[in-house]
Amino acid sequence: MNTFGLDTFGDVTHDAEGRPLTHAQTIRNLVDQGVLADQVGLDFFGIGEHHTPDMPLSAADVVLAAIAARTSRIHLGSAVTVLSSDDPVRVFQRFSTLNAVSEGRAEIILGRGSSVDSFPLFGYDLADYEDLFEEKTQLFAELVKGGPVTWQGKTRSSLHEQEVVPFTEPFPTWIGVGGSPQSVVRAASHGFSLMLAIIGGHPGRFAPFSELYLHALEKFGRSPLPIGIHSPGHVAATDEQAREEFWPHYLDVITRLGRTRGFATPTPESYAHEVGPHGALFVGSPETVAEKMARTMKTLRASRFDLKYGIGGLSHESLMRTIELYGTQVVPRVHDLLA
Amino acid sequence: MQIAVLGAGHVGPVIARLALAAGYPVAIAGSGDPARIEMITEFLAPGAVPRSAADAVQDADLVVLAIPWHRFGTLEPAMFAGKVVIDAMNHWPPADAPSGTSEEVARRLAGAHVVKTLNHIAYQDMEPPGGRAIGLAGDEAVEVVAEFLARIGFDPVPVGPLTSGRLLEPGTPLFGVVAGRPEFEKFARELS
Repeated sequence: MNTFGLDTFGDVTHDAEGRPLTHAQTIRNLVDQGVLADQVGLDFFGIGEHHTPDMPLSAADVVLAAIAARTSRIHLGSAVTVLSSDDPVRVFQRFSTLNAVSEGRAEIILGRGSSVDSFPLFGYDLADYEDLFEEKTQLFAELVKGGPVTWQGKTRSSLHEQEVVPFTEPFPTWIGVGGSPQSVVRAASHGFSLMLAIIGGHPGRFAPFSELYLHALEKFGRSPLPIGIHSPGHVAATDEQAREEFWPHYLDVITRLGRTRGFATPTPESYAHEVGPHGALFVGSPETVAEKMARTMKTLRASRFDLKYGIGGLSHESLMRTIELYGTQVVPRVHDLLA
Repeated sequence: MQIAVLGAGHVGPVIARLALAAGYPVAIAGSGDPARIEMITEFLAPGAVPRSAADAVQDADLVVLAIPWHRFGTLEPAMFAGKVVIDAMNHWPPADAPSGTSEEVARRLAGAHVVKTLNHIAYQDMEPPGGRAIGLAGDEAVEVVAEFLARIGFDPVPVGPLTSGRLLEPGTPLFGVVAGRPEFEKFARELS
């Protein structure tokens, strides 16, 4: 079955005059956005952990719990949880609690962290980037199995026959992969689903990752698990409107992030390419976005698509329109195209 | 010419694929046992041979360093003596060092001919290369590397000696630029 969701990094939203709202108001608005996502029939709402003034969603699970209290159907999760700089035991406890509160609607997407602000904040060394993720993912895999955990490693104190509470229904664990083949193999080895984060370039270039994942699952004797896609986008009534609304904020955000992460500064040409059929931005009318989603899901053998909406600087009202169009017009079209 | 790609992460398999497509024999090495990257190689760079770093480098004419910067210190420097080495690494976050990172690489790999290139284009922009301009900086072996880059599909633009490698580092106007030769040369001229 194909499922569809929305992800947000909780960027500070602006008012109609383009002034930034407070962090508190941004977070309250986010709860309303999650509730609307449920009302328009979406399957998943995810919040990506960030720790910067323009992305203040550092405690996503608390916001998810608030959304859980006002919804009954939609699944709620992280997109992603930066496991490398967190304690796997604590992460497991928080999401198990969310799972209890939401009556089994929690999901978790683990990531190494493309935004690495959490490393200095919590006292981790970026030089340990791979080792931290490797070890903590392994511990998390033990925790989600349920039952007493015995574990030993370098990154936290060891556990001996430790009961980690609360006990709840099992919930899906995904690994978010931005381009590391090791992470693909790691997801398969632990029996975690694969979430491909495609934020630039031709989505089709990820096809070998899907094949690698499916092969690895088989090799490790795992039963089939879903492949998902996370990509940025924006939906409006027409292609032109969507592209115009998105462009200034995309330019601003990518230019700023590029300074520390090595993204090239977008140009009108590179933007036209990314929103076109061979790029990674799902920006356009419901028809355009649906067609591109269906094609990409087929190419990558994916059964889940999470649109990352809400780039910084757009207004709450504009984001509510995107959510409504995505839920009521885009997703039904993709269902039809894939049927 | 035998190529050794060190690194089986984001970048290594992409460079390996380009080199294989251009007809070069390619060995690829991750950290540790080559068995660990067999599956990755089979799906992401079919045709490349997974080997240990030491074995891959020993038989190579051209070595590509596509490992994270913080792993560079784990490489045994002696094995690179006499080899042409492409430094495709970057320091994250950008280092505020007095000299460029490739100069550091050259100092540590004494006897190797180090050329800085392939570091300033995002891996997702490398395929297809499409004749895109790519900068290279080096004191020796620049022609050998330029020929390699041209054969795998780029338009190599020398920007100067290895000390000019700083022009290609994160935070510079050339970093991440997807451009043709004229635009690239213009940037390079303005900077040097």
